[in-house]
Amino acid sequence: MDKYKLIAENITVSYNNIISVKNITMKFKANTVTSLIGPSGCGKTSFLRCLNRMHDMNKNVKVMGKVVIDNTDLYLDNMNPIYHRRKVGMVFQKPNPFPTMSIYDNVTAGLRLNGIKNKKILDGSVENSLKLAYLWDEVKSDLKKPAIELSGGQQQRLCIARALAINPEILLMDEPSSALDPISTQKIEETIMNLKNELTIIIVTHNMQQAIRISDYTAFMYLGKLIEFGETKKLFTAPTDPLTAKYVKGFFG
Amino acid sequence: MFMELKPPHNLFVDKIFKIIIITSAFYILILIVYLIIKLFLESGPIWQEIGFSFIINSDWNTIEGRESFGALPYILGTIVTSIIAMIIAVPLSIGIAMFASYMPKESHIILNFIIDLLASIPSIIYGLWGLIVFRPIFVKWFEIPINSTLGEHMWLFSGIPLGLDIITASIVLAIMIIPTIASVSREIMKSVPLQQQEAAFMLGATKWEIFKFAIFPYAKAGLVGASILGLGRAVGETMAITMLIGNATGVFALPKSLFQAGQTMSSILANEFIEASPLSLHISALIGIGLILLLFAICINIIAHVLVVRMLKVREGLINI
Repeated sequence: MDKYKLIAENITVSYNNIISVKNITMKFKANTVTSLIGPSGCGKTSFLRCLNRMHDMNKNVKVMGKVVIDNTDLYLDNMNPIYHRRKVGMVFQKPNPFPTMSIYDNVTAGLRLNGIKNKKILDGSVENSLKLAYLWDEVKSDLKKPAIELSGGQQQRLCIARALAINPEILLMDEPSSALDPISTQKIEETIMNLKNELTIIIVTHNMQQAIRISDYTAFMYLGKLIEFGETKKLFTAPTDPLTAKYVKGFFG
Repeated sequence: MFMELKPPHNLFVDKIFKIIIITSAFYILILIVYLIIKLFLESGPIWQEIGFSFIINSDWNTIEGRESFGALPYILGTIVTSIIAMIIAVPLSIGIAMFASYMPKESHIILNFIIDLLASIPSIIYGLWGLIVFRPIFVKWFEIPINSTLGEHMWLFSGIPLGLDIITASIVLAIMIIPTIASVSREIMKSVPLQQQEAAFMLGATKWEIFKFAIFPYAKAGLVGASILGLGRAVGETMAITMLIGNATGVFALPKSLFQAGQTMSSILANEFIEASPLSLHISALIGIGLILLLFAICINIIAHVLVVRMLKVREGLINI
């Protein structure tokens, strides 16, 4: 039996009583990359945002089901989601560094939120996180520069570094390279491949080639349902569901 | 099919239209320039007689033959009441705005409606309320206890606690400017992109930490602008202040204690304008104060405008912070 890092059980999400994710159950193994693919509006992002209770920000969203991380259900009533959210990092579609802060302050924002003020720890974390995100060489001489002056691709890698700085065990990525050029995309993909040794990654992507390149497992979603979930190679070469076959061959989506 | 093009006389209509809109736009500019020039000319005698020291003098004697005028107590009165009002109103307004930008939609509409309603209440109503309802309570529960305990030791709380004084006027003024600051601050906070809040949320921020990390730094300039807009209103506010500040004149109006009658630039105008004889030095002194007040208000509004507009441009991504 493999040990599962994260288990999502019977997840149903509704926005204003319109159901967007229907009863999805998925298990994610530690130190793997899993891609969620499917046409726009199929509920990929809604599902991803359940995994760290990101939906708490919007009161119109209702989530049912269980998300178990290390044997604890994230949706238990007495659970403090903030503690767990700090274990699950997230990178968004559009780079969103804090515009008024420097590169250094952006990376350390999570640690400072957790009350760490020791300069040595912060310095170490900045170097370590930026190295993991493949940004260190480009910015090491200029850490006090405002984050907003970086290019789009650099900003996105800065956001990855910011998420990594609090040592999350799981990293959620919502189409992290959809707003970026091919070279930045390639760098982000390299980053993801290297991060696999450190943590478990779940990534939403529109780009099937990207899913093939970077992920160990792939899940195909359609109209809020999980159609097929398995090893990437198998899903793309020998899908069991006819709908998956149609999608991966590019007939719709 | 052949289509008939517009005959050229339409271009003539275009030109007329252009002239009309340019005139209406210039009308505002002309009006403000005219106001400044007119106030300057009408107050001419005071600048000739007393000169620049009109601004730094404190005497106020309107008796013909012994006239002497100084605007300093009223300038200081305006500054002091406005600053006290800002100290009270800004934190409260930002609190209201934080609440309003984070409430569920339904109650949010009611709160916004109330905020906007408060902004439209005529200032004489606030003045009456301050005089009849607020003053007796405030005197009994705040001024008398503080004055009797601290009055002898601290100049700030000395004086006679009658309720017609600088602190009462400032508090009512604060209540009056809260809606302005709160509603602009609310819009500013709502303009902070959701992605920014998500970034803080993702890092495990609590609600307060989202404000601290994502919203305040982003909205800072705009919030300062909103506060200065409130300051602009405070500086020009007349009726409520006139009813509550006690209307001292001359050196007695120099603000020294919170429990002392004072006078602002706008309240002295309201008090004395009708009594001043048309060709006296008195009237030109009052108009001189009006000129100073106008310049004050213009400067404050320009600063506020620049800050708020800058914030909104940041939102549209036109400039970076």
